[in-house]
Amino acid sequence: MSKLSIHGLSKTYSDGFQAVRKVDLEVQAGEFLSLLGSSGCGKTTTLQMVAGFIPPTTGAVVLDGRDITHAAPEKRDMGVVFQSYALFPHMTVAQNVRFGLEMRKMKRPQVDDRMAESLSMVRLSGLENRYPSELSGGQRQRVAIARVLAIRPRVLLLDEPMSNLDAKLRGEMHVELRALQRRLGITTVLVTHDQAEAMMMSDRIAVMANGGIAELGTPQNIYDHPTSEFALKFLGQANVITGEIASMQDEIAAVRIGSASVTAKVAGGQIGRQTKLFVRPERLRLTPADNCNVKGTVLTRLFLGGLWFYEIETELGKLRSTAANFGTAQPNEGEAVGISWSDGDLQFVASEVGNG
Amino acid sequence: MAEKVTRGNGSQWLLSLPALAMFLGLLIVPLALTAILSFNVFDAVRGSQSNFTFGNYIDVLSDGYYYELFLRTAGMSLGVTVICVVLGLPETLFLSRMRSVWQGTFFVVILGPLLISVVVRTLGWSILLGRDGVINNVLISLKLAQRPVQLMFTMTGVVIVLTHVMLPFMIIAIWSTLQKVDAQVAHAARSLGAGPWTTFRRVILPQLLPGILSGSIIVFTLSASAFATPALIGGRRVKLVTTAIYDEFLSSLNWPLGAAIAVLLLLGIAFVVVGSNRLIERRFKQVFA
Repeated sequence: MSKLSIHGLSKTYSDGFQAVRKVDLEVQAGEFLSLLGSSGCGKTTTLQMVAGFIPPTTGAVVLDGRDITHAAPEKRDMGVVFQSYALFPHMTVAQNVRFGLEMRKMKRPQVDDRMAESLSMVRLSGLENRYPSELSGGQRQRVAIARVLAIRPRVLLLDEPMSNLDAKLRGEMHVELRALQRRLGITTVLVTHDQAEAMMMSDRIAVMANGGIAELGTPQNIYDHPTSEFALKFLGQANVITGEIASMQDEIAAVRIGSASVTAKVAGGQIGRQTKLFVRPERLRLTPADNCNVKGTVLTRLFLGGLWFYEIETELGKLRSTAANFGTAQPNEGEAVGISWSDGDLQFVASEVGNG
Repeated sequence: MAEKVTRGNGSQWLLSLPALAMFLGLLIVPLALTAILSFNVFDAVRGSQSNFTFGNYIDVLSDGYYYELFLRTAGMSLGVTVICVVLGLPETLFLSRMRSVWQGTFFVVILGPLLISVVVRTLGWSILLGRDGVINNVLISLKLAQRPVQLMFTMTGVVIVLTHVMLPFMIIAIWSTLQKVDAQVAHAARSLGAGPWTTFRRVILPQLLPGILSGSIIVFTLSASAFATPALIGGRRVKLVTTAIYDEFLSSLNWPLGAAIAVLLLLGIAFVVVGSNRLIERRFKQVFA
């Protein structure tokens, strides 16, 4: 198990574009860390600097205490799974998997063992003599994974590996790849723009924006307690309630929206200041109209299978809410409902970071 | 739109008639006539007679002189092809690494030879290659040669000039294959532990082979059937199949014999093309499926 450290890593291109700005990151041994961000946020550039495909402008990449910032890609012992899989089209599945082992000058019987082991790990045994063009997209991805697992890399780098798979297969591969990574204990960095994928697979997520890390933490931590509006909106849905602070007691503010008022913890709040509060749709519960935080009327009701989706007109503005489907009767469009939440569900986040 | 075209009402035949007529009249008919001519009897006094004979073919196939001509032509074409691969492959790789502005400029430079009339280009080369030409002057002033090197009217000269003309075909063929190679494949090979050279040899080059082979077919066939360059640069001294055909038709006036050599050249080239195509299809079926 290997530890990967990134210190002050930056990349500025010759035209002055700063793709990555001073990224610091510690990936613990055996950890699964995701770099999450929209396109152009610098996540892929960061990965490519770690892999050694592009030289950083400043900063250092350290693997198990050894500075590998300027080491050639073939000297890094990292396995990369590419978005296009980058299989060798002129080689069979077996030859693809053997390639990295042959480069390591391994003896033939060992090569055969490793190849068989890797292919069985990704459940591709029996397809050794196929060419990549004869495989489905999912099978190609498995070959790409087997090819890097065979060399037992110190770090596994995954560059949007799921984006060419259909939704169902992607779901299966998330579970399978995560299980494989846990079992082998390989330190892994995943680059993705899919926040569900990042949350599902990672021990920790680094949300990137404008070439820097905007948020870093465990999936639940950054989803429930984001420190920036950008991260909060990027990681999932959120209702925004805008109002004015009417009173403050300790850190608890009473925020007035029209004639209604809600309370929330607002760090450093000042009376009279305009404030945005955020609440995730699943935290808003529909309750009888006589015992609730705010009353409203159902504008839209959508059935999503596992979930009901509501849009409700209230004094606080339009609020979106989701509720698990237990097979029971639900309020219909036009009906009056109450909305309730618990203390702490309404969140105040400091300021905007990134391109939010 | 598409439906109208596929349904057709006879107008498609009318519209393609000029092209078909040209193809038929200017390619198929002369070829057929040449083939027929090659079976005619030649009489030194009365010219070609319409009696049927295999004599011309027997003359060619039983005479060592013609074997030498065919072998020399094949050797020259092979030489030009190999040099084109050796020069064209690095040049294409180099070109693909350039910025797009420079790529455009260099493509014009590379395609340049094709834009100039064959006669002008060849005469230009004869100025460069002559005993008192630019190349010899440079060689002597750099003390690389004591006396002028004979380049005009030699096989070396013919190969140099043909290579200049054929290189663009090779580069275009390799370039089009190179565009299909996934750029990440090289990265994948590097991260799996292969150095730059091994990556090229084991991963990039095998994917370029189909392009190299199809470029080679083009260069080989065009070189083997080239006439103007061998005639003007090689002159009387470098005898090739094409110049021999020319001589039979215009000097000896033995049209049937010339036709027989021409038909044999055509068959030879067709054999090489079909053979290589078979090889490519069998060997690289998987790569670009």
